[in-house]
Amino acid sequence: MGASILTLAWRSLMNRKVSALLTVIAIALSVALFLGVEKARNAAKQGFDNTISGTELIVGAPSGQINLLLYSVFRLGNATAEISWPTYTEIAARDDVAWAVPISLGDSHRGYRVLGTSRAYFEHYRYGQRQPLNLAEGAVFDDLFDAVIGAEVAKQLGYELGAPLVLTHGLGAGGLSDHDNRPFRVAGILRPTGTPVDQTIHVSLEAITAIHVGWETGARNPLADAITEQTIRSFDLTPKTVTAVFVGLQNRATVLRTRRDLNTNMSEPLLAIIPGQALAELWQVMGTAERVLLAVSAFVIAVGLVSILTSILTSLNERRREMSILRAIGARPVHIFSLLIAEAAVLGLVGALLGAVLIQGIFTVAAPILSAQYGITLIGTGPSWVDLYTIGAVTVAAVFLGIWPAITALRRSLADGLTVKL
Amino acid sequence: MAPPIVSITDLQFAWPGQPPLLDIPVFELQAGERLFLRGPSGSGKSTLLGLIAGVLDSGTGQVKILDQNMAQLSGSQRDRLRADHLGVIFQMFNLVPYLSVIQNVVLPCQFSKRRLNEAKRAGGTEAEARRLLARLGLEDENLLARKVTELSVGQQQRVASARALIGKPAMIIADEPTSALDADARDRFIELLSEEARKTGAALLFVSHDGALAPLFDRAEYLPSLNRAAILVDVE
Repeated sequence: MGASILTLAWRSLMNRKVSALLTVIAIALSVALFLGVEKARNAAKQGFDNTISGTELIVGAPSGQINLLLYSVFRLGNATAEISWPTYTEIAARDDVAWAVPISLGDSHRGYRVLGTSRAYFEHYRYGQRQPLNLAEGAVFDDLFDAVIGAEVAKQLGYELGAPLVLTHGLGAGGLSDHDNRPFRVAGILRPTGTPVDQTIHVSLEAITAIHVGWETGARNPLADAITEQTIRSFDLTPKTVTAVFVGLQNRATVLRTRRDLNTNMSEPLLAIIPGQALAELWQVMGTAERVLLAVSAFVIAVGLVSILTSILTSLNERRREMSILRAIGARPVHIFSLLIAEAAVLGLVGALLGAVLIQGIFTVAAPILSAQYGITLIGTGPSWVDLYTIGAVTVAAVFLGIWPAITALRRSLADGLTVKL
Repeated sequence: MAPPIVSITDLQFAWPGQPPLLDIPVFELQAGERLFLRGPSGSGKSTLLGLIAGVLDSGTGQVKILDQNMAQLSGSQRDRLRADHLGVIFQMFNLVPYLSVIQNVVLPCQFSKRRLNEAKRAGGTEAEARRLLARLGLEDENLLARKVTELSVGQQQRVASARALIGKPAMIIADEPTSALDADARDRFIELLSEEARKTGAALLFVSHDGALAPLFDRAEYLPSLNRAAILVDVE
């Protein structure tokens, strides 16, 4: 009986192709929207979590952990204070520390942040699933005035190897506070990573010191222009301070103890944060918006489901005759009931399947474009259990909604008996 | 002798809030009998058929179908009895619009094991459907491939007849099946239906207001004379 009722339901729907198709489209679009939001949310979360990996601790001057994360990893905002070079060397020399990479922020180039660091940065910095930074062209900085630029910087500014660039003091658009007496040269271009690294210009710490010779007051001292590049190269360019330190440990298990030690037992007050933890806290803040979006798209599914109800209920009047024919031939109430439930289920299932396929198609087409144009790599947008659960839930919901028209049809068919007034 | 297919004793029936419509002391339909039941419209023919088919709850008195008292059967038992032993033909719009001709004819076999098995024994449901349709003058493949809503009324009634006959039910109920047909088509239809009913051994209860058809049947009854309540209705 089951199969034949399904066949009847299918043929009945095919007989009302236009109405059924519109309902299926409504369901498909709502499911596609929901899964799209869910997948985009997932991709955003994963991309976010993948911004930095392999770094056990980030150490900076005391502020808040989100603040430190924002300026050291996302290049957002500014450090309120710096940490001294001796403190950096102290951290680097610790037994439990495998590597320590200092970074220095504060300058920019045409809106892109400049990061002063050591060559070890390119060796130890990891993103995503512990992927290292790779050079697309050129090499890591060798000369004092070499710069390694991120993929996005190169693309947007059209820079190639050897291109000259002038850094700006602070984050302005350039002009008076340009370090135009100390031009840099592009020595390397990094491959796209989908992280803030793409928007960063990397130079050596010594270069940061060098361009600030004569800027001790925070503005340019006219006398500094008299100092030649030759003279500067002869200076001791070891920085006095750095903005933050990325730390890798010998043994990850000691991370909590090391952090406590750095936070409490150092000669200078420090803040050490665990990037994963800080990322999670930051996501909590940003996550509210995407949860609202998800809730809205869930409501859109509810609207789509109501269209099933509309479609079947409006068809019942013209199907009164059909129901009484079926009854006369020997269909029992359970057959009439399951016929209408089956129709609702078929609409829900076909619509949800179509929606899932649709959104998968959109992501498949969009992924290479996003990756090529914007360096955004979408992770975790492939088919997942969520798709399956959603399809299942929509079908089950359709079945439950089908109860309403099913009961209406049943009641009528019992009252009509063999004679139907037309 | 086999028990009568339909046996009614002292049946009284009224729609809620209305005067008694039916009061029938005795009515019988024997196995294989072809009975013409005549009555003007509003005389309670369709109600009587509803009671016999078991889609209406019987009033007082007794309606026995194949020796089973309808009042003692549950709704689903009556549904089963109807599915197994009854073929029904309506005045018009007999067919499920989204099914093909053949699918319409074999439909009763989906709801009745007994009729499915009978049809299988006769050579398979589809073969039996085609055979019955051919006997009723529908064998053109182009015709069978058409949507049922595109068939003429006469053709639709013949498809409905094939559906009523498939799987050898004990009785065919035909409720004014010819009222939408012209005289030629009408006589031809009744001939074919009678003939096929005779061959399958089904009793035929044919209801109409048109007394001219009476000679085509074994026996004819006039409902108002069977029905004591009818006199009351007339007086009013």
